[in-house]
Amino acid sequence: MSQRLSLSQAFLFLLRRDLLLAVRNRAEYAMPLLFFVLVITLFPLALGALPELLARIAPGIIWVAALLAAMLSLDSIFRSDFDDGSLEQILLSAHPVAVLVLAKVSAHWLVTGLPLLLVAPLLAEMLGMPSEAQPTLLLTIMIGTPILSLIGAIGVALTVGLRKGGIILSLLVLPLYVPVLIFAASATENAAMGFEVSAQIYMLLAFLFLSISLSPWATAAALRMSAS
Amino acid sequence: MFLWFHKFGSPPHFYRIAGKWIPWLSSIFLVLLVAGLYGGLIEAPPDYQQGESYRIIFVHVPAAWMSLFIYVVMAFCGAIVIIWHMKLAEVVLISSASIGASFTFLALVTGSLWGKPMWGTYWVWDARLTSELILLFLYLGVIALHNAVEDKRTAARATSILAIVGVVNIPIIHYSVEWWNTLHQGPTVTKFDAPSIDVRMLIPLLLMAIAFKLFYAVVVLMRARCEILQRERNTQWVREVAGES
Repeated sequence: MSQRLSLSQAFLFLLRRDLLLAVRNRAEYAMPLLFFVLVITLFPLALGALPELLARIAPGIIWVAALLAAMLSLDSIFRSDFDDGSLEQILLSAHPVAVLVLAKVSAHWLVTGLPLLLVAPLLAEMLGMPSEAQPTLLLTIMIGTPILSLIGAIGVALTVGLRKGGIILSLLVLPLYVPVLIFAASATENAAMGFEVSAQIYMLLAFLFLSISLSPWATAAALRMSAS
Repeated sequence: MFLWFHKFGSPPHFYRIAGKWIPWLSSIFLVLLVAGLYGGLIEAPPDYQQGESYRIIFVHVPAAWMSLFIYVVMAFCGAIVIIWHMKLAEVVLISSASIGASFTFLALVTGSLWGKPMWGTYWVWDARLTSELILLFLYLGVIALHNAVEDKRTAARATSILAIVGVVNIPIIHYSVEWWNTLHQGPTVTKFDAPSIDVRMLIPLLLMAIAFKLFYAVVVLMRARCEILQRERNTQWVREVAGES
């Protein structure tokens, strides 16, 4: 290529490429969403369909399911690129890898994190969560799922070269998800009980900015390690 | 200084020096251990509330301190690996992981044994217990990742990155869990927070803490020597060492 791309062009180009790939592979990317719904369906079956019990634990269930769904989808961030060699092209490009990583993670979030926003209100309603808590639930999903993608990207980058990366990935990533789970679930729970939630939301935002600024560098370092 | 650093980093030199240090360190460790245990189990007075069963702190508290300390050492080694690609730091990082996991496990087990007579249950979802459990998972993640990567040097770089990511997250996880606990805790589990600890209890505790640090040093040197021999098994100096003995 004789013409050089600027950094923002490269970012957008990569973002568009990943989104296009996702649109062509719709079925594969719908799986985590389906998984999310399925896991939540299991809880009433296991615990009994007492309305007050379900309403009480709905925020926790929804967030645990979101965590698991995010983890299930993580592998797709770098897997196919690693297999077909485009990851090496990304690493060899003249642009800073951390920024390109951020493009890939953003695409992943748009494809797997954002759809949860569409399904979560429906599931919250089915579990009988009070409707005052719905905006807070959506807000925590909005802020929390990008953090899951960003942290998860580090784990995927570390394990993408391994044959049995999947199980190790969950061991690496789930402990790091604990803070997001705590703050997101407690914000939603507080909202359901009619309390103030701004403290939790601010903490989540702080995690989001921290992970946006730090995680791409760690991911880039891990990708260089995996590709070498 | 830098020369010393470089020389110490070379595997044959480290192998020899570590071999000389191990007997010294382990004898000091034994002296401190005996003194600490004597002071803790026999000399120290029983606690006015907890009676004799508080004495497990002489193992529990140093183990819990070690569990954090070793993770920080690992992250420090990880930074050295990433920046200078120093082989010795890789070896120390890997050798520390399972020792750290063992100390974390020991802290959890002794804590729950203490919890049974004190709280009436082996496990409560207390903030400290929960974050210690998560720390154990972080250690296991490091070990699992290292075992999964076949090439030793790549594995060391992967675990270095993970250790650094983990050390950034440990305070965040710790405080989140503490925050979570203050929200959720209904039953009153009074935390073991003595306002001022008796000197006769404090001295054995500190002796045990130093003894545990030395124990870690001894074991990490032993493991590092093994690891170095294994990694360098095709070199001349290892053949000489093996030929000597």
